[in-house]
Amino acid sequence: MSTWIDIASLEDIPQRGARVVKTSRGCVAVFRTAEDEVFALNNACPHKAGPLAEGIVHGKSVTCPLHNWVISLETGTAEGEDEGSVATYPARVEDGRILLDQSFLRARAAA
Amino acid sequence: MARKLVVIGAGMATGRALEHLTEGQPDGWDITLFNAEPRGNYNRIMLSPVLSGEKTYAEIVTHDDAWYDQQGITCRFGERVARIDRAAKTVTAENGDVLAYDKLLFGTGSNPFIIPLPGHDLEGVIAYRDLEDTQRMMSLGPDNRVVVIGGGLLGLEAAAGMAARGVDVTVVHIMGHLMERQLDEAAGYLLRKALVEKGITVRCSANSKEILGQEGHVRALLLDDGTELPCDLLVMAVGIRPNTALANAAGIATGRGIHVDDQMITSDPDVLAVGECVEHDGALFGLVAPLYDQAKVAAQTLLGQDAAFVQRELSTKLKVTGCDLFSAGDFAEGEGREDIVFRDPARGVYRRLVIENNIVIGAVMYGDTADSNWFFGLIRDKTDIAEMRETLIFGPAYQGGTPPDPLAAVVALPRDAEICGCNGICKGQIEDAIAAGASDLGTVRATTKASGSCGTCTGLVEQVLAVTLGDAFVIPAAQSVCGCTELAHEDVRRMIKSQRLTSMPAVWQECGWKTSCGCHICRPALNFYLLADWPLEYRDDPQSRFINERKHANIQKDGTFSVVPRMWGGITTPDELRAIADAADKYAVPTVKVTGGQRIDLLGVRGEDLPDIWADLNAAGMVSGHAYAKGLRTVKTCVGTDHCRFGTQDSTGLGIKLEKELWGAWTPHKLKLAVSGCPRNCAEATCKDIGVVCVDSGYQISIGGAAGMDVRETELLVQVPTEEDAINVIKAVTQLYRENAKYLDRIYKWMGKVGFDWIRERISDDPDERAALVARFELSQSLYRKDPWAEHASQKAESYKPLANLSLEAAE
Repeated sequence: MSTWIDIASLEDIPQRGARVVKTSRGCVAVFRTAEDEVFALNNACPHKAGPLAEGIVHGKSVTCPLHNWVISLETGTAEGEDEGSVATYPARVEDGRILLDQSFLRARAAA
Repeated sequence: MARKLVVIGAGMATGRALEHLTEGQPDGWDITLFNAEPRGNYNRIMLSPVLSGEKTYAEIVTHDDAWYDQQGITCRFGERVARIDRAAKTVTAENGDVLAYDKLLFGTGSNPFIIPLPGHDLEGVIAYRDLEDTQRMMSLGPDNRVVVIGGGLLGLEAAAGMAARGVDVTVVHIMGHLMERQLDEAAGYLLRKALVEKGITVRCSANSKEILGQEGHVRALLLDDGTELPCDLLVMAVGIRPNTALANAAGIATGRGIHVDDQMITSDPDVLAVGECVEHDGALFGLVAPLYDQAKVAAQTLLGQDAAFVQRELSTKLKVTGCDLFSAGDFAEGEGREDIVFRDPARGVYRRLVIENNIVIGAVMYGDTADSNWFFGLIRDKTDIAEMRETLIFGPAYQGGTPPDPLAAVVALPRDAEICGCNGICKGQIEDAIAAGASDLGTVRATTKASGSCGTCTGLVEQVLAVTLGDAFVIPAAQSVCGCTELAHEDVRRMIKSQRLTSMPAVWQECGWKTSCGCHICRPALNFYLLADWPLEYRDDPQSRFINERKHANIQKDGTFSVVPRMWGGITTPDELRAIADAADKYAVPTVKVTGGQRIDLLGVRGEDLPDIWADLNAAGMVSGHAYAKGLRTVKTCVGTDHCRFGTQDSTGLGIKLEKELWGAWTPHKLKLAVSGCPRNCAEATCKDIGVVCVDSGYQISIGGAAGMDVRETELLVQVPTEEDAINVIKAVTQLYRENAKYLDRIYKWMGKVGFDWIRERISDDPDERAALVARFELSQSLYRKDPWAEHASQKAESYKPLANLSLEAAE
């Protein structure tokens, strides 16, 4: 069962930007696109664990700041020649608030 | 016997409901119609054409006195209903008349929202809602100035209507682009461009602070950046709120609007409501199509027929002549969605479709909306578009049609667009030269001089050749900026200058970008080009910057950052060193290193500690060293005449002065300087981007050194007699580099492309050009010569912290 928890206002993340949410097992990067969609991914590039939240967001992708791997925000998989993927978590916006699914975050802690 | 129906409000929804009702049961109802406005039903959405003079009021009246008479409707126009007694089933008019009803229909509409700014109650502050407001605006002419707050549908229609009457109109919009609820950035850019061409001034991202008055009448709008916009009339068009006061007072259930069910019945079974005053299933309604649906359902309900109101997909068109735009469905939010973008810069056309599971769910179109109904049909009917996906964007006529033309951006340029900035050669002159027989780059260069100087416009000249000669000319392959465009960096820079492109959406549109918002390769380059060319118009976009420049620190392999405070000319003090040591202790900095640029690097600072460590360093008088920037890094110095027995000039002093003049400036790549006090060159000035070697007779300035992957010695540009001359030459070279180089080219690479002589002619041979370059550099520096650390520590500290911390919650 999904239990949505209120994280923050959508306005707390700039468009084409990201912020991190700390969990007991490391950080989740929460992205906001130019179209005000939100996505939540593990904040570690599959390549060398670069902090994806610090990358440049374009379309529905983010470019890792360390070595320019491009990661799909929707699937968490690397685009182009690179191979690898990061975990994604359900996220949505309701009435201008960002919601994350706590059960998924917990499953992550248990994994 | 006829049943008694009282209708409150003669708007578009109740008007339509009365039509359906009187058609269905011509003699079944004894109807009384109240209206607060002293007139009957007119087509409110056509007020904009009345304002612009394209229609008259008489033309937009939907029901005249004869019609009400014919239907036997008792009209009480200019009268309000004072109260409702639902137990007795009566309404009481303002004059005390009590009328019984069997059924009551609310159509009280909405009230314009007035922002409670100081001064909002001044005379001359109006909304845009009814005929009175419209007439007020129609009374203005070329001698008047008006400010419209609100860049949505209504505000823009008001602005365009008044502009058509010659009024000087300024639109103030709080968001970054116009009509942000219906349009994306690119379409917003095209709309803004069209409105500006109509003479309307548009100010986006503008916050209103106060309405200023004089003798009780509005005088100007004050923005929070201190700008005053003088006006005779101020129109607020920022939104509407359902008018629920009367329903509330009568004890009918309301939320944001009057609650209704699918039959348009309120919480009282004998009371119905339609139009902008209702809330149905959580939604409010401002567009006309659903209001007409509601009217029909309400009439059917009164007639005892089964009917249910269903919310439908909506589309928006703006009623401004010459601004052809269309928006429908959902072009935001949700996963698994895909964009198809088409731009035709020649015709000013932009189309974007949002696809999900092979179904079109949203569309934004600008410039050519002829196919909008077809696309709206695809959205409404949820048509599977898998078969026509490749050509879908071109519309119904082009199924199987032609792919977009990579030369479209150049085709679109007018004849007077400047292609070669060095020699002032326009597209038309090149076309003429081609018509006169020039068939390759060399001949065009020889006859027009285009691309004959710095050569950066070569790509564009070749494209003009290709467009004019067709297949007879084959363009040598040039490296495009990235996959988002066919154009090379040099072409894009030329377009930005010659077409006065001052925003990123403008570049994307006019250069035919193939993606909706660029990528990590083109965005940082465009951000630099725009701020270098238009320092006043363009606002730096942090989201288009690499993390180091966004967070003003260097990211390290483990995600921590390094912090390098500036040491002007390499000079520090015991107090500064103590403050650095204290900061290193306080933030548990694992590594403290002396850099090659004569300063101290604190490595391993956590991202969330950055604002705090900066605040501490600021308190000790230190500022950002920009060690992370494609901009001025350091000016390395030797000790010069102060201490050295060989020194010829005060090299340290000049280094400090240069650093104070140049710091904060953004450049295509990093910029390192050095000043040596004598030809022994202890500051290693001759392998820097710009180096100064002091001699007895003055200052030798040389450029284009490198000591990285490439190692190069600088070339002597000029020798000047005074410090002031040296500073001006260096500012001029820096500005020439900022204005012309490709992003991520160091000076030596740029020099290799444009030629050392081209640079020298402009700096040392032409004093006027040098002065103009210095003036443009100073203009830009008036905005950028400041400490980003202080700004971020005081204003943006929160954005460095985690959005939330869930690590403290117990994990089950």
